Amino acid sequence: MWRNQAMSENLKNVLLKPIFKGNPISVLVLGICSSLAVTVQLKGALVMALSVTIVTGLSSFVVSLMRKSIPNRVRIIVQLVVVAMMVILVDQVLKAYAYSVSKSLSVYIGLIITNCIVMGRIEAFALGNKPGLSLLDGLANGFGYGLILVVVAIVREILGSGSIFGFQIIPQAVYNAGYMNNGLMILPPFALILLGCIIWIQRSIQKDLQEE
Amino acid sequence: MNTNSNVYTIIYTSVLVIVVAAILAFAATFLKPAQEANVKVETMSKILAAAGVAQDNLSNDEIIALFYNEVAATLTVSAKGYDAEEVVDKDGKPQIFPVSYLKVQSSLIAKGQQDEGKFPVYCFNNGLKVVPIYGAGLWGPIWGYIAFAEDNATVSGAIFDHKGETPGLGAKIAEKPFYSQFAGKSILDEAGEFVSISVVKGGANGSKNGVDAVSGGTITSKAVDTSLRAWLGAYRNYFLACTPMPLNENVEEPSNE
Repeated sequence: MWRNQAMSENLKNVLLKPIFKGNPISVLVLGICSSLAVTVQLKGALVMALSVTIVTGLSSFVVSLMRKSIPNRVRIIVQLVVVAMMVILVDQVLKAYAYSVSKSLSVYIGLIITNCIVMGRIEAFALGNKPGLSLLDGLANGFGYGLILVVVAIVREILGSGSIFGFQIIPQAVYNAGYMNNGLMILPPFALILLGCIIWIQRSIQKDLQEE
Repeated sequence: MNTNSNVYTIIYTSVLVIVVAAILAFAATFLKPAQEANVKVETMSKILAAAGVAQDNLSNDEIIALFYNEVAATLTVSAKGYDAEEVVDKDGKPQIFPVSYLKVQSSLIAKGQQDEGKFPVYCFNNGLKVVPIYGAGLWGPIWGYIAFAEDNATVSGAIFDHKGETPGLGAKIAEKPFYSQFAGKSILDEAGEFVSISVVKGGANGSKNGVDAVSGGTITSKAVDTSLRAWLGAYRNYFLACTPMPLNENVEEPSNE
């Protein structure tokens, strides 16, 4: 009975920790480059979030399946081969079925392979846990990453372009009254400032993250 | 089993790589038709954009329909200018040449063999002619489409694209402030001689044969300039030959010897 309870406690932890308490971007500060580059518009950010979630989930799952047979000395290389395969598959599928998005994300899809979240979760979790749990852990971390991306992208798209998903939401009358889109919003530095604000807010809520 | 032995490691990694390669090869083959269709639609979309045909929020099928509605024929012509011939694809529609084809033709120009080239010309129903250009940018290839009005000398529109020029600098050739400068420019000077269109650093000052270069994108701008000169030079005789009124006395009539 207690075992079951521990299991569900563990499962809850795996699923919920990466969303807020152990968020890969705002707490672990992994995967920053791509979160700066692809958050100008919500559409790109969503596709990127989805791609990273799929790659982390499936890579963790596959590596976890193989974890007992992987020769320890070439562990990292084997993981990279698996991750690279997933990334290429995602890239090819996007090129075939979401060409314009794939063009706007350009190199960043290929660069998912260098996203520390993917390798980080494989090393820290998938190598020591069962495939099902590893899959969930990968998906949850991808989701936590995506959540920050989406928040940053919403702010940047509204203030930078006055739109959401490309639809104008700030009415023309406001522009006529002298309002202007903020050009700084569409440049990467502002994404970094926004990320800093998010980390600041999180640390002020979650006191145990604050350093002495 | 000892998973740390050399033999095990070598066999394990070899099998893994072969399996992964097989999966990727299968995926690439399976997805190729859809990817090629996307590339073709993108080329169509660029050609239409150069000719000033609006195509906001159109689906792939709508762009294809619009393209065949607007484009009367695709010709290929060498630098000799009088050997234009119509080319159709396997469905009898005007042929679309991908960027990879432009690369091959571009290497012919570079080798001085433009007389053997088959340079595409997309002829629109409304009399516009769209021709491609191609060249080497700073980091990778750049290419574009230039639309000419019925006098075969005045540019009615242009559009450029690139593989991977520096974002914010050279990559600006693909943005409106750069390519919209080309409308109304001419490839002939006051005396009617071919001069191409120059991409001028420091500002073209409203010259009818020049546009402003991209600040901070000197090498990319120069690449656009060089590609324009090379490709428009290759089309020069064709444009002279098919212009109704000779622009100057030096037009050589093609001889059939």
